[in-house]
Amino acid sequence: MGRNSFKALARFGGGLMLTTRIIPCLDCRDGRVVKGVQFQNLRDAGNPVELSKAYEKQGADELIILDVSATPEGRGHQVDTVKAVRKRLRIPLTCGGGVRRLEDASRLLDAGADKVSVNTAAVINPLIIDEMAKQFGSQCTILAIDAAWNNDLGSWEVIVRSGTERLPKKATDWAREAQERGCGEILLTSWDRDGTRSGYDLKMLTAIRAVVGIPIIASGGANSPQHMKDAIDVGVDAVLAASIFHDGDYTVDRLKKELRELGGEVRL
Amino acid sequence: MSVPFVSILRTGLANLASVCAAFERLNVGWKVIEVEEEILDSDYLVLPGVGSFGACMEGLEKRALVSPLRERFSVGKPLLSICLGMQLAGQESEESPGSEGLGVVAGPVIRLPDTYSVPQIGWNKVISSPNHRYIRDGYAYFANSYAFGATVVGWDVATFDYGGEYVAAMERGPQLICQFHPELSGEWGETLLKRWLGLGVA
Repeated sequence: MGRNSFKALARFGGGLMLTTRIIPCLDCRDGRVVKGVQFQNLRDAGNPVELSKAYEKQGADELIILDVSATPEGRGHQVDTVKAVRKRLRIPLTCGGGVRRLEDASRLLDAGADKVSVNTAAVINPLIIDEMAKQFGSQCTILAIDAAWNNDLGSWEVIVRSGTERLPKKATDWAREAQERGCGEILLTSWDRDGTRSGYDLKMLTAIRAVVGIPIIASGGANSPQHMKDAIDVGVDAVLAASIFHDGDYTVDRLKKELRELGGEVRL
Repeated sequence: MSVPFVSILRTGLANLASVCAAFERLNVGWKVIEVEEEILDSDYLVLPGVGSFGACMEGLEKRALVSPLRERFSVGKPLLSICLGMQLAGQESEESPGSEGLGVVAGPVIRLPDTYSVPQIGWNKVISSPNHRYIRDGYAYFANSYAFGATVVGWDVATFDYGGEYVAAMERGPQLICQFHPELSGEWGETLLKRWLGLGVA
């Protein structure tokens, strides 16, 4: 049995006190949260600062803010957003979306991000991972991998440019390479599951778990605490979700309570 | 009671925004400092740190900050050191063989076992003891691949479990050193900072 299958088992077998992180994700465009957020008692549900504080209060373990602005002008807002959120947020903040160069990562960290995720830019120029890890440390350097199953490849292929381009590159190979380059965490999104609410792609998570020892954040498809427990059982370290929280189906604390009843280790 | 003033030492390329924001939220005075005199003179010194052990020590040596930091530890004035800032207090680290640390805490800094994901990123339980002035049991946010093994002597040690027992934090008088990030540990972390600053919490 490989070391990493053991890792999944060790976690499954219990004893670990590190809790699974529950991470709401906010997509921001031009400084505003996109996707309709259905929150009670929130004056302005499109305001990233108010929403971040609301999620912290509910018990979120970390927040991810992704900039999905279509233009560089729109992206200009991201630094201001991060500064405003950091002023009030008392939990870790990960930022990504449109990080092209080392300077982009540096600006986000200076504004108050604790970790920066890079996606397309790293596929084009993998050296950015080495540079980020060297300059800021591995624990700041996150690789976001978007992937989907490809029958011809017999594996999951890497998808870039927000889904418009598929590459003949296996997600498993890419994750392993990123770890060697100093990446400290993988944010793995399934394009087959994203938006389907049918659960995380457990086979893909298992395949990536088998090749890397760094933390994995599962993303794409979560609709219930059971889906999250399933992902924990294949060895992921954190679960990201957006619509389940934004639509008001679950508050973070209610989800955590149910997850604990299912046997998950969470911070409550 | 006067408002405490916090001096945050720039230890290199480390991102200081989250640490500064935490003290800003507490409505205390704070500034980022860079030079020797300020290390010794400041009322409340914070030694943050993100990056690698060797590179950070090298940076401190170049700026002639190693002796003043050792002195700061030995005179026992209020000091908070965080994450890598904590590890620098050790004699050496498995992260950077051959690099000498500040050596004010006896015991080496060792790599976490790869039974679980490394780096450890997330909220782990801190186990305190009745001797602690500042630290209490609770969940704290960690982001580390290295830590002191729980064999440190001369300090009141709180531990965390990661396939073995490691030092989550330790205190001696008004000096508090944390492997976790109090500035990112929610209300629990904020309360810890308040206790350290004597801002009237139990």
